[in-house]
Amino acid sequence: MTRALVVETPGPLALVEDLGRPGFAHLGVTGSGALDRGAARLANRLVGNPDGAAIVEVLVGGFRARFTGGACWFAVTGAWGAVALDGRDVAPYTAVRAPDGGVLELGPAVRGLRYSLAVRGGVDEPPVLGSRSRDTLAGLGPEPLGPGRVLAIGAEPGASVPLIDQEAAFAPPDGAVTVALRPGPRTDWFTDAAQATLFEAPWRLSEQADRIGARLVGPALARREAGELASEATVPGSVQVAGDGRPTILLADRPVTGGYPVIAIVADSSLDAVAQSRPGQELRFRHA
Amino acid sequence: MTRRLLPSGESALLVECDGLDEVLALHDALAAERRPGVVELVPAARTVLVAVDPAVLPLESLATWLRRIRVEEAPAATASALGEAVIRVVYDGDDLDETAALLGISPEALVARHLAASWRVAFGGFAPGFGYLVSDDWVFDVPRLGAPRARVPAGSVALAGAFAGVYPRQSPGGWRLIGRTDAVLWDAGRPEPALLAPGRRVRFERASG
Repeated sequence: MTRALVVETPGPLALVEDLGRPGFAHLGVTGSGALDRGAARLANRLVGNPDGAAIVEVLVGGFRARFTGGACWFAVTGAWGAVALDGRDVAPYTAVRAPDGGVLELGPAVRGLRYSLAVRGGVDEPPVLGSRSRDTLAGLGPEPLGPGRVLAIGAEPGASVPLIDQEAAFAPPDGAVTVALRPGPRTDWFTDAAQATLFEAPWRLSEQADRIGARLVGPALARREAGELASEATVPGSVQVAGDGRPTILLADRPVTGGYPVIAIVADSSLDAVAQSRPGQELRFRHA
Repeated sequence: MTRRLLPSGESALLVECDGLDEVLALHDALAAERRPGVVELVPAARTVLVAVDPAVLPLESLATWLRRIRVEEAPAATASALGEAVIRVVYDGDDLDETAALLGISPEALVARHLAASWRVAFGGFAPGFGYLVSDDWVFDVPRLGAPRARVPAGSVALAGAFAGVYPRQSPGGWRLIGRTDAVLWDAGRPEPALLAPGRRVRFERASG
C-alpha cells in the first residue's frame, strides 16, 4: 500500500504548491508556486526533502488530514498556530513522525496566514509543465483540496531527517510588518510626493488579498504621467498602482502582464513577509 | 532606436523599446542567442522582460548583453524554430458583419484580408496559449466591444485593435468574433503547449465544410 495523505477537512483553501513554474511566461503562464517560499523550503529541509518538493499550503487553518499506508514524517512551517497529531499538540517548525492512521490538525493561525505542510517524500501529484503548483488564476496544476482528496506521498528521499537541536522557528510578526522596496520600472511615472508617501504612510493590507495580489489601504498615489501604459510583464512583488491611485502588491499567481504602472518592487527578502501578512495588518515600506 | 533598461527586481530587467517592431526584432535577437541563465523572455507591446537566474547570469552581465546586442532591422525569418502554424477557420463569427460594417468593407472582403495576411505572434499574456497576432498586411484598427462578453467559446477567432487572436479556452472577452477553429491552441501535456508562441508565423485558411 502506498503512503498517502487523505484530506478530511481542507479549511478555507488548501493547495498543493512547490517552487513554481518558471520559463513559460511568454506563453501566458505565470510563475505561481508557494507564496511563502522560505517556509516551503524550510518545511522540506526539516523532513529531508529537496527544496522544490511539493507541499500543502493551508490558508488560515481548519485543516485536518489522515496519514495512510505507513508512518510518515512531516513538518509545519509558515503561519504560527496549534498543530496537533492525534489530538496532542506537537511543535511547529520541527520534523514529527506520524504513525499510520495518524490525524494531523492545523488550528486557526495566530500569526501569519499560510501554513506550509511538508511530508517526507513530497506530495506526489502529477506535474503540469514541470511543476505541481496550483495556479489559481489560470487553473493549472492540482485542483484545490476538498474533503476525501487522496494525496499520494512520494518515495523517501535519499537524505535522512536532519537532527536539529534547536528550534528553527521564525514566527511571522504580529505587529507592523516592515517591507523593503526596490525601484520599479515606472517609478518616474509618479509625483515626488507620491514616491515619498509610499515610504512615509502607514499602509494596511485590505481584505482583497489572495495569491494573485494584495491590495493596500492608504493614501492615493498621484501620477505625473497621465497616459495609458501598454501592458508589460511583471515580477512577483511588483507594486502596481491602479487608476484610482491605490497600490496592489502582485504575487505568485498574478497575470503575466499588467497594464498599470509599477512604482516599486518588494525585495525578495521581504516577499515571504508579505505572503504572511493578514488583512488589516500594518505594512511599512523602507528602501532596500 | 533607443533602448531603455528599466529595473524589475533582483532577477530581471525590463527593456523598453520605441515600438512593437523593435520589440519583435529585439525578442528575435535575444531568442537567437539566448544565454544560459535566462529564465524568461517575455515580449509585450512596448517592452521585453528578461528574467534570469542571477547565480548564472548576474544582472550586470545581463545589462551589458541587452545594451550591446545587435538587432536586425527586419526580423529573421528563422526567428521561430516552430515553423508556420496554419489555423483553419469557419468564418461565421457573431461580430463578422458588424465589424466589417465598422471598417467600411464587406464581410467577404474582411475575411479575404484576414486569409491573405501573413501573421506573426507578437506576444502573449492574457491567458495560457493566447497570442497577439500582428501583420504588416493588416491595416485595420478594430474597436473592442463596448461591453465584453462574459463567455467567449474556446476556438473563437477574433479581432481587436491592430491584433488578431484565437481564444484558447472559454473565457470572458471584449474582442470581436469573426470565426471559429477546431485547432487546439493550448495543451499543457504536449512538448510545445502553445500553438501560438511568440515569434511564430501564422496563416489562416478557410476550413472546408
